[in-house]
Amino acid sequence: MMIRMSLTGGLLASAMLAAVASPAFAQGSGSATLDAVKARGQLICGVAGAVPGFSLPDSQGVMRGLDADSCRNVAAAVLGDANKVKFANLTTTNRFTALQSGEVDMLSRSTTWTLGREASLGLMFAGVNYYDGTGFLVKKALGVKTAKEMDGATICVQPGTSTELAISDFYRVNKMKFTPILIQDLAEIQNAFLAGRCDAYSTDSSALATFRATQTNKDDFLLLPDIISKEPLGYVVRSGDDKWFDIVRWTYFATVTAEELGVDSKNVDEMVKSSTNPDIKRLLGTEGDMGKQLGLDPKWAYNVIKQVGNLGETWDRNITVLGVQRGINAIWTKGGLQYAPPIR
Amino acid sequence: MSGSIIDPRLANARAAPKRGMQLSWSDPVFRNIIWQTLIVGLIAGVIWYLAANTVRNLEVRHIATGLGFLSNTAGIPIAETLIPYDPATSTWGRAIAEGILNTLKVALVGIVLSTILGTLIGIGRLSKNWLVAKLTAVYVEVLRDLPLLLQLLFWYSLLQGLPGPRDFRGSTSIVFLTSRGLRLPLLNWEDAHSWALVVFVVGLIGTFLWNRAANKKQDATGTKPAVWPVALGLLIVLPVLVWAAMGAPWTLDVPVLKGFNMVGGGTITPEYFALLFGLVLYTASYIAEIVRSGIQAVPKGQWEAAGALGLHPFAVLRLVVLPQALRVIIPPMTSQFLNLTKNSSLAVAIGFQDVVSVSGTMLNQTGQAIEGVAIIMLTFLAFSLSISLFMNWYNARIALVER
Repeated sequence: MMIRMSLTGGLLASAMLAAVASPAFAQGSGSATLDAVKARGQLICGVAGAVPGFSLPDSQGVMRGLDADSCRNVAAAVLGDANKVKFANLTTTNRFTALQSGEVDMLSRSTTWTLGREASLGLMFAGVNYYDGTGFLVKKALGVKTAKEMDGATICVQPGTSTELAISDFYRVNKMKFTPILIQDLAEIQNAFLAGRCDAYSTDSSALATFRATQTNKDDFLLLPDIISKEPLGYVVRSGDDKWFDIVRWTYFATVTAEELGVDSKNVDEMVKSSTNPDIKRLLGTEGDMGKQLGLDPKWAYNVIKQVGNLGETWDRNITVLGVQRGINAIWTKGGLQYAPPIR
Repeated sequence: MSGSIIDPRLANARAAPKRGMQLSWSDPVFRNIIWQTLIVGLIAGVIWYLAANTVRNLEVRHIATGLGFLSNTAGIPIAETLIPYDPATSTWGRAIAEGILNTLKVALVGIVLSTILGTLIGIGRLSKNWLVAKLTAVYVEVLRDLPLLLQLLFWYSLLQGLPGPRDFRGSTSIVFLTSRGLRLPLLNWEDAHSWALVVFVVGLIGTFLWNRAANKKQDATGTKPAVWPVALGLLIVLPVLVWAAMGAPWTLDVPVLKGFNMVGGGTITPEYFALLFGLVLYTASYIAEIVRSGIQAVPKGQWEAAGALGLHPFAVLRLVVLPQALRVIIPPMTSQFLNLTKNSSLAVAIGFQDVVSVSGTMLNQTGQAIEGVAIIMLTFLAFSLSISLFMNWYNARIALVER
């Protein structure tokens, strides 16, 4: 009896102590997430897992797409191996909770950067891998040419997205009415659209274009020309870990800088050996201590470019093949929005 | 027998002597107090630890807390609403209310329908008719053995396979079953209808009172005055007369194809229908088994005795067997009602916006995960406790009164 009692008492006491002592962050690199990723030897990255061009497993079961490669960029920079990524498939409604609770280290899941999400959700957007906008996909048989003709339409949309809010705004501004069909599961909402439950399927126009491109009867569908909102999609980390935020953000900047400087996965070894351009030398770690400042290996950016490629390469591999124009997603020297501050 | 016998154990003289608590481990009272203090303290400590940790983590991650967001504009669209809702102006609180009402709409209708269907099938399983008995047995085994989510997705995709609204171009029908749901004509409601309804309700009460008086008279005299002429007069003739006296208005709001969709009339959406249908069919298979076992729990002698009195088999069931079976049926039935209510949260999968769906969206749009989940939990707790309370009351009412 005494033994059992002291055991219970001990439990109680330890529970009390644990509550009183404020849990401090581990004193390693100064970033709890970086330490966790290094200790695990793997980056856990939240993706959609069902969007062609962004994240979709290929026939070998390997996750392919722009979002998947964004995860690989960070794994290559942090762990030196782009394949050390564990992809977590998240829905639009559980993605933020997964990130906030530490279930994933970062999100790269076609997530729109908004003030609300950054200011009150405890999230930080480290970079934009795709400048997107909300669009509408309809069946050609419907005979609709622009979104303004869609008064009274039934629209399929995923709940909990910024698309949902953008459509509400669009219909309000244009004094039109619509009936929403809101289904969480991506495959189910697409089925509902294909089956004719809705007149239009609405989400980021990139996803609509790639969805259309993967249909066998793709000419039966029409992507309406209207883009009714701004949807910058990007890398998301939880706030409160600034070092990790810096790592993710500058990994993304490294891919932009590499494209701007003409460094790609094929010529990067050559560049390391022979380049005299100080920008390239700093990027590839042959000059300066950029990696060390981030708490990473000096060859962090080299690993990213060598193993995954620069932004243009990732884009061409995943998005261009689906027949989507690069448009505003080109780098700034080619008239697009992708711009990186100097790495120095 | 006037209370002169007193249980000797109750007499004060025979009670154990009272004594004070000893501060010793050998005193059971002292021991109990120590244990209870420890356990309560431990539980309180764990809760406090979890709460403190959560609050701290929320602060570290700069996540706002509190229920203030409920009065902010929601902005999310909701497909089916029972009270007026406009995404542009309505608040999150209103959106949640819509979700709660939608859950109620499914749960209440579902409980009524599954009880009726389940009872019929349960009785059918005991039928002497081989075909009826086997068909109902197959129904129960198939519906009970397949996961509910699968069934819901099945019904939903089946409904989506219906022709679209535009396939009905030029149709002169007034009822349309399309992939967008069932569209029915609605009566244009006018004052005359309201008054007729009032008269009908009054008539219903009148009929009920008359029936009670008739039963009393039967108890006293042995003959029961006819009820049906009074019922006919109060329930049908009088309301119709009132309606006719006020001009007999009768215009229908008929659905017609306009633009993308049918306009006018009332709609039962595929989402609501699939959810209700799936829940009712699934729950009815369990209720059928409960009803069957309840009926079989009534001893055979009761059937035979009632039959020997010359009662019609239906009267035997209604007057003798079911009242006794109910005592066995009600407690497990309560669990099924609770299951149906909770299972209605699978609505998320097929796009019906119940409280879970709306709260999930809110949780995601506002980031108030803890508050959102708490709202869902409180809603279901309130529903479940209400059902339990009602069913416990009913159970106590029909319980065998022991004397």
